[in-house]
Amino acid sequence: MQGYLGIDVGSVSTNIVILSETGQMQHNLYLRTHGQPIAAIQNGLRSIMEQFQDLEVLGVGCTGSGRRLTGVLSGADLVKNEITAHAVAAMYCHPEVQTVLEIGGQDSKIIVIRNGVVSDFAMNTVCAAGTGSFLDQQASRLGVAINDFGGLALKSENPVRIAGRCTVFAESDMIHKQQVGHSIEDITAGLCESLVRNYLANVGKGKEIREPVLFQGGVAANAGIRAAFEKQLEVKLIIPEHFSVMGAIGSALLAREEMLENPRPSSFRGFTIADRHYITSSFECTGCPNMCEIVRLTDDSGLLANWGGRCGKWDSNGVVPGKAATAAANNAAENTYIDRAKSLC
Amino acid sequence: MRCTFPHMGTMYVAVESLLEGLGHEVIVPPPITERTIELGQHGAPETACLPLKINLGNYIEAMENGADVILMGGGVGPCRFGYYAEVQREILKDAGYDFDMMVLEPPKGQLSLAWQRFKPLLTKVSLSETLAAARLAWAKAQIVDDIEKMTHQVRAFETVRGSATAARSKAIAKLRQTKHRQNLPQLLEEIGTLFQQVPVDLQRQPVVIGLVGEIYVMLEPFANRQLERLLGEMGVLVRRSSFLSDWLRGQFYSLLRFDMQKKARLLAGPYLPHFVGGHGLESVADSVNYANNRVDGIIHVAPFTCMPEIVAQSILPKVSADFDVPIMTLVVDEHSAEAGIITRLEAFTDMVKRRRTGRA
Repeated sequence: MQGYLGIDVGSVSTNIVILSETGQMQHNLYLRTHGQPIAAIQNGLRSIMEQFQDLEVLGVGCTGSGRRLTGVLSGADLVKNEITAHAVAAMYCHPEVQTVLEIGGQDSKIIVIRNGVVSDFAMNTVCAAGTGSFLDQQASRLGVAINDFGGLALKSENPVRIAGRCTVFAESDMIHKQQVGHSIEDITAGLCESLVRNYLANVGKGKEIREPVLFQGGVAANAGIRAAFEKQLEVKLIIPEHFSVMGAIGSALLAREEMLENPRPSSFRGFTIADRHYITSSFECTGCPNMCEIVRLTDDSGLLANWGGRCGKWDSNGVVPGKAATAAANNAAENTYIDRAKSLC
Repeated sequence: MRCTFPHMGTMYVAVESLLEGLGHEVIVPPPITERTIELGQHGAPETACLPLKINLGNYIEAMENGADVILMGGGVGPCRFGYYAEVQREILKDAGYDFDMMVLEPPKGQLSLAWQRFKPLLTKVSLSETLAAARLAWAKAQIVDDIEKMTHQVRAFETVRGSATAARSKAIAKLRQTKHRQNLPQLLEEIGTLFQQVPVDLQRQPVVIGLVGEIYVMLEPFANRQLERLLGEMGVLVRRSSFLSDWLRGQFYSLLRFDMQKKARLLAGPYLPHFVGGHGLESVADSVNYANNRVDGIIHVAPFTCMPEIVAQSILPKVSADFDVPIMTLVVDEHSAEAGIITRLEAFTDMVKRRRTGRA
């Protein structure tokens, strides 16, 4: 079997999908990142290797907040930001889509699509009060499993109003509502409504939300949030079949597009990466008073990449995934890197 | 009298030259780093805008290197900036620093008093030397802007990442070393050669993104988290709406109380017919101007809590809709996280590129 891999490493979940040569979904995985992106990727790839022993990888794309690490680790052909990846996946599943609402672990975004092109987007800026982590945290405070949370909210007949601008104030407001005796159903429903209100006021502000509206990201699993959106927006939401792995689908589609446009063998490092030992270490660069924290990724074969510097002097010996740089260009980059380091630090 | 002044991008090249020409010892503050911000935010009010904090850090680091006179712009309005110098002086005095602060602002009341104040600054050398210093500094301010423009232009086409940035650094270093006006033509040629040596791929058709917004965060790469370099290295041809010499010219004319906003009011008129403080009006006007000139996208930068830019920000979506050009606002302060900015810039650049090709 031949196929494209898409890997989305986010704050909460790590998702991997396999798309066929023609872009059809073959397999998808949703794993918890647990703060260990490398282990999560390795576990995911190991399970794919066991299930699909004859898989020939034609291209790899990665996205998510861990895209850079993943790109180096996997030898990705393409590394893209989450917004592009989500938009591409949404349009692939529902070509007529005009608005995408996406709520993930620690970020939330809105993407406005007109005539098949992203025309505007916004992402949460100052705080994460409208995201999955906020829900997670509040659910555990209420002693409700996150999977039951949405169902519980739907049972409410009279949702309470909760101050949702900031997690800390929301929590004190919830405690207050509990103390005066509101039921847990009403509080969970109130929380869903406050999250949606916060999202629409911060992220969705000034955006024209036209139907069809797709709702994707891990939080789309939550029936309470879905209901709150439909109530406040007065539209019917479409939840794509693979709503929780849309970022991974998008990055696989983008990798496919890239490989078809610039045909070449994939730079995928092979499934053996699942069994290698990776070591990340960090150190403070003392080149200037910025004291950047440089992260260094090594495996059995030696240094893979550094990143984290402001001036760029540590970046150049990292691999730039997706760009087949020639040896000459690399040499030149090495020389300018020395000059640049001297001039900047 | 060892003079210092705050950083704003490449302004130090011109100001250093002017002060040296006036016969003073100049202590240029060390380049802005995280330490600068840390020092500055210590004494500053939490909700003050970012430039105030960076300025403070500059003064402190310069005083550590021996500076004892601080030169600072001021004036009537146009926003909190007009009162920066006063606030900064009080903060530093409270923290126990010993220094003299000279605020350059339009004289009010008796001119003779103002003359007394600035006499030590201007009377160290002869009148002809003073004029020569001013002319050299002004020439340098313009050349430094040319260097910036060349960097923007070349960076979008460079084939080896970072080579345009390296050429820029070398060019600025050379400019700093030039002490006489008659050497400038020779220097310009050398600078031209530096940029011609950058390997480029002229077949590229980069998307064009215009930068508008508050002047300090637009001119100071540390404040805007290297916005121009990041965009350029993503293959974007960056256009910037305002340069150092524009700002200096504005400061100078406002000393003489000229109306500098006529053109801006004309352009921004349908959206914002009057002054709203700071560069709010200019941000709207520049966006309209870019939209008229068919850029592919516009990025609006502002420091957190900047009132004039908040006004502009709320108007820009209308400009964006009328001209069908994407506009993104980027708000920065000392807490800005690099990763978040990079993701947004990448997403915006992608969107702009894909809009052009009509894909996804």
